[in-house]
Amino acid sequence: MSKSKKWKKINKSVKERPKVQEYKNWEELPPIPISLPIEGSIGTTGDWRTYRPIILEGCNQCGICWMYCPEGVIKRNEDGSFEINLDYCKGCGICAKECPSNNIEMVRESDIEDG
Amino acid sequence: MVEVQKDFIQEKETKIIKGNVAAAYAAKSARVQVISAYPITPQTTVVEKLSEFSDNGEMPGTQYIKVESEHSVFAAVIGASKAGTRTFTATAGQGIFYAHEMIHWAAGARLPIVVAIASRGPAPPWNIWADFTDVISQRDTGWMSSFCASHQEIYDEILMSYKVCEDHEILLPKFIAYGGFILSHTSKPVIIEDQELVDRFLPSLPSEEGWPHIWMDPKRPMMFGNLIMPSGFYYEFRMKIHDAFIRAKEKVKSVAKEFEQMFGRSYGNGLIQEYKMDDAKVGVVIYGDLALQMEQAVEDLREEGYKVGMIKLRHFRPFPVEDIINSVKKVETIGVIDRATAFGSQTGGPVSCEVKSALHEIKEAPNVLPIINGLGGREVSLEQQKNQLKMLVKLNETGELPKDIIHGTLWDGLLEVE
Repeated sequence: MSKSKKWKKINKSVKERPKVQEYKNWEELPPIPISLPIEGSIGTTGDWRTYRPIILEGCNQCGICWMYCPEGVIKRNEDGSFEINLDYCKGCGICAKECPSNNIEMVRESDIEDG
Repeated sequence: MVEVQKDFIQEKETKIIKGNVAAAYAAKSARVQVISAYPITPQTTVVEKLSEFSDNGEMPGTQYIKVESEHSVFAAVIGASKAGTRTFTATAGQGIFYAHEMIHWAAGARLPIVVAIASRGPAPPWNIWADFTDVISQRDTGWMSSFCASHQEIYDEILMSYKVCEDHEILLPKFIAYGGFILSHTSKPVIIEDQELVDRFLPSLPSEEGWPHIWMDPKRPMMFGNLIMPSGFYYEFRMKIHDAFIRAKEKVKSVAKEFEQMFGRSYGNGLIQEYKMDDAKVGVVIYGDLALQMEQAVEDLREEGYKVGMIKLRHFRPFPVEDIINSVKKVETIGVIDRATAFGSQTGGPVSCEVKSALHEIKEAPNVLPIINGLGGREVSLEQQKNQLKMLVKLNETGELPKDIIHGTLWDGLLEVE
């Protein structure tokens, strides 16, 4: 089926899966293309973002943004506050739209100094 | 999965059944796990019989899914097969065309789905009778395809096909085609094999882990059906499908041999089956139900002293290039008889094109006369087939072409109403 040892590991166990699948030629390839759901398997999608969500001071930590984020990039910290992983946030703005206290602001990336 | 109500053990027995029912029995003997079904003439009684089996508990562990179209029929078996099950369905004619998108999808996903096709002529004009243009129109989808000449062969070929398709080195889907009504709705004795023996012959059903290349397991998540950019391996994956086809030829041969040892029925080398070719001067390449009658025609002409022979083509994809060359070069003149069309090609018939292209490989190739007959279920009589053979003998001896040749092909049996 495939001469690749890597492929056999993928088949058997999640733990042994390589972070990146590398194949040199057609003989090494598995019979069909697959991708493995590991973090960042399609690249750092934060690059796609035009507007960045910024959680303003005064967040009441209700967790609505965390529930609505379609990409699962909002993380709840131990102290109850929320943090957005900007490596993968695509800037869709759903969190800002859903925030009941309008506490998330969407700011154009080019207007942000560090951006 | 349905509850197992009682274990149904089939013992070896001979039944007088229709070709469609033989296909249904084959699916039952193979213990298929998922069947999806949508009726279309002349296939309908295949899935009707399977629903009967399923309903009265004769197929424990089989899920029978009714869907609303052939597109969904294939989508359902693709989903079920991806999850790691042995799947089966049957369709024909317009049903195949409607499912065409999914047919490509199954091959690209390398799913070993086996589908029975009671072939019928494509519309318009509407036609529901034997004509292999429907299955042959799927030539380039990445499905293996074979033709059956008899009721028994339908049953046997379906069993053999699971063994070929599910081989981990091959993993391809397959169509098993037989002429609509001529085989699908006529009755003949068919040996239904002992379940224990069939179980021993076939590979075991896929385990819960699924196939080696594709599975649905939350513990080992995977994503498939992905997009590949032109710089990625799309081209290589396509090439691998072709590679699997070429390797499948050897597997077809070894499975046919194994089948013969186990059940005592021989189908040549699996790819082709020769009949009286060894000392023949003139031969024909023929496939499907007409091949069975042609055996009789050959026998009758042999009695009259003509040295004629016949090659029954069993597999259309993979096309047995080497076997055809080795067999055809035994004779001086060969007729290739199609019950299908390939409009605008060099001969107008699909198999004659293939044979001509295969013979390009050898220097002193025999004369090839492409013949098309029996389209849309038009009757081809034994007498007509004997005349075809006699005409080929005459062509071989005198070089005299028959009068009815149109664009280099003999369209045998065109109506001429006075």
